[in-house]
Amino acid sequence: MALFQIAEPGESAAPHEHKLAIGIDLGTTNSLVATVRSGISICLSDEQGRPLLPSVVRYHADNSTEVGYDAQTKQAVDPKNTVVSVKRFMGRGLKDISHVESMPYDFVEAPGMVKVKTIAGIKSPVEVSAEILKSLKLRAETALGGDLVGAVITVPAYFDDAQRQATKDAARLAGLNVLRLLNEPTAAAIAYGLDNAAEGVYAVYDLGGGTFDISVLKLTKGVFEVMSTGGDSALGGDDFDHRIFCWVIEQAKLQPLSPEDGRLLMMRCREAKEFLTNNPEAPITARLSTGEVLDLKLDVATFASITQTLISKTLQPVKKALRDAGLRAEDIKGVVMVGGATRMPQVQKAVGDFFRQEPLTNLDPDKVVALGAATQANLLVGNKTGKDDWLLLDVIPLSLGLETMGGLTEKVIPRNSTIPTARAQEFTTFKDGQTAMAIHVVQGERELVSDCRSLARFELRGIPPMVAGAARIRVTFQVDADGLLSVAAREQTTGVESSVTVKPSYGLSDDEIAGMLKDSMEHAKDDAINRALKEAIVEGKRMIEATEAAMKEDPHLLNEAETAKIKATIAKLADTMTGDNRRLINIAMDDLGFETQAFAHRRMDQSIKKVLSGRNVDDIKMGEDA
Amino acid sequence: MDPRTDHFSLFGLNRAFRLVLSDLDSRYRDIQAQVHPDRFANASDAERRLSMQWATHANEAYQTLKKPLERAKYLLHLAGHDIQAENNTAMPTDFLMEQMEWREAVMEARGGGDHHELERLHNRLRGDINGRYDELGQLIDDSSDLALATDCVRRLMFLEKLLYEIDDALASLEE
Repeated sequence: MALFQIAEPGESAAPHEHKLAIGIDLGTTNSLVATVRSGISICLSDEQGRPLLPSVVRYHADNSTEVGYDAQTKQAVDPKNTVVSVKRFMGRGLKDISHVESMPYDFVEAPGMVKVKTIAGIKSPVEVSAEILKSLKLRAETALGGDLVGAVITVPAYFDDAQRQATKDAARLAGLNVLRLLNEPTAAAIAYGLDNAAEGVYAVYDLGGGTFDISVLKLTKGVFEVMSTGGDSALGGDDFDHRIFCWVIEQAKLQPLSPEDGRLLMMRCREAKEFLTNNPEAPITARLSTGEVLDLKLDVATFASITQTLISKTLQPVKKALRDAGLRAEDIKGVVMVGGATRMPQVQKAVGDFFRQEPLTNLDPDKVVALGAATQANLLVGNKTGKDDWLLLDVIPLSLGLETMGGLTEKVIPRNSTIPTARAQEFTTFKDGQTAMAIHVVQGERELVSDCRSLARFELRGIPPMVAGAARIRVTFQVDADGLLSVAAREQTTGVESSVTVKPSYGLSDDEIAGMLKDSMEHAKDDAINRALKEAIVEGKRMIEATEAAMKEDPHLLNEAETAKIKATIAKLADTMTGDNRRLINIAMDDLGFETQAFAHRRMDQSIKKVLSGRNVDDIKMGEDA
Repeated sequence: MDPRTDHFSLFGLNRAFRLVLSDLDSRYRDIQAQVHPDRFANASDAERRLSMQWATHANEAYQTLKKPLERAKYLLHLAGHDIQAENNTAMPTDFLMEQMEWREAVMEARGGGDHHELERLHNRLRGDINGRYDELGQLIDDSSDLALATDCVRRLMFLEKLLYEIDDALASLEE
């Protein structure tokens, strides 16, 4: 178990200043929640002392749910209403999902993302994931005894925009304030790097239940810089189970199985896989509903040979990531192993052979991601002691582009660009008098649009009629620190501005989220309006705290009149928060945002000037404050 | 601070082609340590927005200055010299002929799966390119001959693209 000493003894933040923040590893097979307590990152366990929460959700007819171990034990009894490995469906259509034939669910194809029909109605993967997150949130609130300021949620580094957006939506639906979406291998690197005071270039090989990531990071004093990342967001331990499953069916010459038997057999296969980590041979026995009794033995050599292709499939992205970083295997100082599936001896051997060194397995591969996420969450909410501080520079895993003539992709932001990043591209009209233009945003490396993931389609209207080629349409891509994209388009020649900002089509609108929140809360007999009011008050509090802290830090950046104005606006906001009108609170928050804009600019200028002070600053012209 | 401040000033560096990469690296990190969104995760909306803009700007500036070809193009742009990237027809015939020979050699080696030959081509071209960057340093920093520098940059754009193709061929042989 990894321990992170982030505060000197006796130097930790005073209890009243300590903000409650958590890190959540939302895994395919298991999920965890961790926090930093007295300067040490720890995983929070359930009442029975178990840190893992199986990522399994069972729905009942009355819309209530069971999550975790209870649901896991029912999966073979009630397979259609018990959703396992839901992470594989996040931001995915039915055609993207492999082995659909061996899954017991009634899938419902929906635009952008597949859904599952359960006894409690049709559920989207976002809703199912939100149940897992709610359960972890409750665990954390109980253990920490207070309201959470925010959470860092981890995602596979190779998750595309659709999968990231779905994860963030799930967190919002669970009522979590998402401080950051953090890439899983990066979280592991933070845990490993801080724990071992590591310096140099490291690779993180992260084989989870359903996803594979490889990240190459440069660790230098206090900076974690991701140089490249790669992976396969549909390859993980589940696939090894599936290989055993196919082997059993072939060996025992089984006829197509019922959903119950299929799930039972899949569980036995997973147990066999885990057993083989420490044993030369694993028994696979099961009594099927047909009365048939299975009794097989799987040895290590056979297991290794039937999973050989899966392991080679992980080495391709490893090579590509090294190439993208401009490095060779021998440049890597250490290979950190993450994810339960890296316990398999054949995986460790293959990775060791490739890098010609023993992989690092001294951290618990199940916990390291959650521990790193908690450490980052603690930093993000400002619970630092001043001494220990680090900077994280991460990248986007897949190129972003636009469809051009002939169904080809034009890359706008290349993969492995450090985030946040923005890029603008200009396009023109191809017909005289053309007043609208369709814009199709895609993600992926392939040349043909049809081979990439479609993220959003929108139309830019109101282009003034001109001859073909005269209009200048500027499309701007902005990727934020969560790796999420927003796109805006504008026609610029005539001064007539048409600007559209899109949220990719698969994402949920705020109204949809609100609707889902309302549904789930009606079920809980909670009062949706009170809940929303409470959330507005929490947000208002956060805003007042942030503003007051800034004023305390930099009082010299405001003149008396400005200070008075901001104080008055804070007082007004605080006043609305004692009432029960959510709309008034929101208006007061907008006012405070407006009043503090210039102050925010000045603070940022000051920070940058601080960095440059003592250097050649003659050329730097300070702009007027906005 | 004016976001239109040039990239060299942003990092407190002299406006020159020759630069110490480790200085650029450390100054980039110093700036990001101040402006990165992780520093403002729990701040007001206004500060979070500003932070994203600044961090984006710092990333772009860093990427531009880090790569010598981009850095040279940027310096020429600041000095008002247009690279005319779209207009390649003005390249001298002998240079274009040489390019065609290179390309044929690469295609042949790629077709024949000749890893060794591709490595040789890579090393030869790398040497050529490095020599031209030295020359560019003199043209921009010492003699301020920006017309010749522009010509040099345009040739380098061809050569860098060719190098990329050789590396791509090497990568596809490895798979």
